[in-house]
Amino acid sequence: MKNCEYQQIDPRALSVLPSSAQNHTEKKAQRPRRKWEVFPGKNRFFCDGRIILARQNGVLPLTLSLIIVTCGLFFAFDCPFLVKHLTVFIPVIGGVLFVFVVLSLLRTSFTDPGILPRATPDEAADVEKQIDTSGSSTYRPPPRTKEILINQQVVKLKYCFTCKTFRPPRTSHCSLCDNCVERFDHHCPWVGNCVGKRNYRFFYSFIISLSFLTSFIFGCVITHITLRTQAGKTIVQAIQESPASVVELVVCFFSIWSILGLSGFHTYLVASNLTTNEDIKGSWSSKRGAEDSGNPYTYNSIITNCCATLCGPMPPSLIDRRGFLPHDEAIPAVSASEIELPPFTAKNDAHMEENCQDISLSCTA
Amino acid sequence: MQGLVPAATDGNMATEFHNLQELRHSASLANKVFIQRDYSEGTTCRFQTKFPSELESRIERTLFEDTVKTLNNYYAEAEKIGGQSYLEGCLACATAYLIFLCMETRYEKVLKKIAKYIQEQNEKIYAPRGLLITDPIERGMRVVSFFAV
Repeated sequence: MKNCEYQQIDPRALSVLPSSAQNHTEKKAQRPRRKWEVFPGKNRFFCDGRIILARQNGVLPLTLSLIIVTCGLFFAFDCPFLVKHLTVFIPVIGGVLFVFVVLSLLRTSFTDPGILPRATPDEAADVEKQIDTSGSSTYRPPPRTKEILINQQVVKLKYCFTCKTFRPPRTSHCSLCDNCVERFDHHCPWVGNCVGKRNYRFFYSFIISLSFLTSFIFGCVITHITLRTQAGKTIVQAIQESPASVVELVVCFFSIWSILGLSGFHTYLVASNLTTNEDIKGSWSSKRGAEDSGNPYTYNSIITNCCATLCGPMPPSLIDRRGFLPHDEAIPAVSASEIELPPFTAKNDAHMEENCQDISLSCTA
Repeated sequence: MQGLVPAATDGNMATEFHNLQELRHSASLANKVFIQRDYSEGTTCRFQTKFPSELESRIERTLFEDTVKTLNNYYAEAEKIGGQSYLEGCLACATAYLIFLCMETRYEKVLKKIAKYIQEQNEKIYAPRGLLITDPIERGMRVVSFFAV
């Protein structure tokens, strides 16, 4: 397990505090800090905590520029011809789809996916106490799992060593963002953020609307070139008159395969109330046993599953990004995190690379 | 910096950590009791109604159970999947989710009710007995914590 390292409290850090505390309090007295400034996960915040992104953007700029450039070329080069020969609704539909796609994408990228805040030291101590009294006391810490019953089915909850709490069901720790995310689906590099409970519906609208947009542009460009050739020209001449169409065709052709496939896959997941994570791990596959390992979260009806996942109530963000830190908590959190960062990043990089590849492969599968 | 590199053997780390644990135990157990989540009905927000032994001397069982059951009912109301939540979801989708910028969701409204309820309970029932409840939202909806003042 990559996150098995205990975070020790270094005695030297404690001795550093009294001398620098005075300087800190002088500075803190002038400016109250918000909680996002001391957030322990690997996230970046903008607009004073309103916007949250993963530390590694992934290819979000590429995704945005591909969409904007392709649509820009479409509106500039194909639409005038099509409006003249067909109907004015083509750019209107294209425009609506484009706006929807970009808004969904930005919403997916900038929304907190359902990050669970780390346990306070008191809570962590309480959990430790419960584990010690029930488990055996050997010098090596035992593997920490807890079994619970959900809808008469046994589910194992794992202990997260980073967040110091037992993960709720369907929660997973994303090593790229260093956060536990509720109903963790996957970390999407195209979107530059994790996809979890709070932004799954935005992600789903993004890929569905993007499928419609790419198919629409593909269809319109084919129609455009066909109409030009019907006027007595060859295909080569038609392409020479409108070279941008070729660029759009190439982009859309390659996108359609992956996006349509992804949309289909996620539609299946939504209908069976599964997450990508559970599907890949085969948590509820029928291979293990006939009745015992069905999905305990499904409502056993496709429509109810869809409605619950996509139109369910919008849960609030659990990390209070814009709240103000109370003065006595600000100092230890800052110095502890500053000192502890360097040793851990070196170790985790290798693991992160593997996970990044695995997850990005699974995302575009 | 070098002193922070974890020791090579797991044994050293574990014993050091256990020593720190002891310190934390003695400091915190006397003051705080945590009511954990109850996942028997799925991932919806519910807290266990089992009465913890640490509170036996401080508060009556019925009052405690009432508080936790009312909280559970509030959360069930917030997370209820029905006509109103579908309407909210479809409306949000139709406006490309821009509506969330101006409208408060039903969940947020219920959270405000919960905050008011907890404050009321603290003032009327728990503070006179020397206890205080923290709102679960401040602890990431993981626990309801009771602490002695």
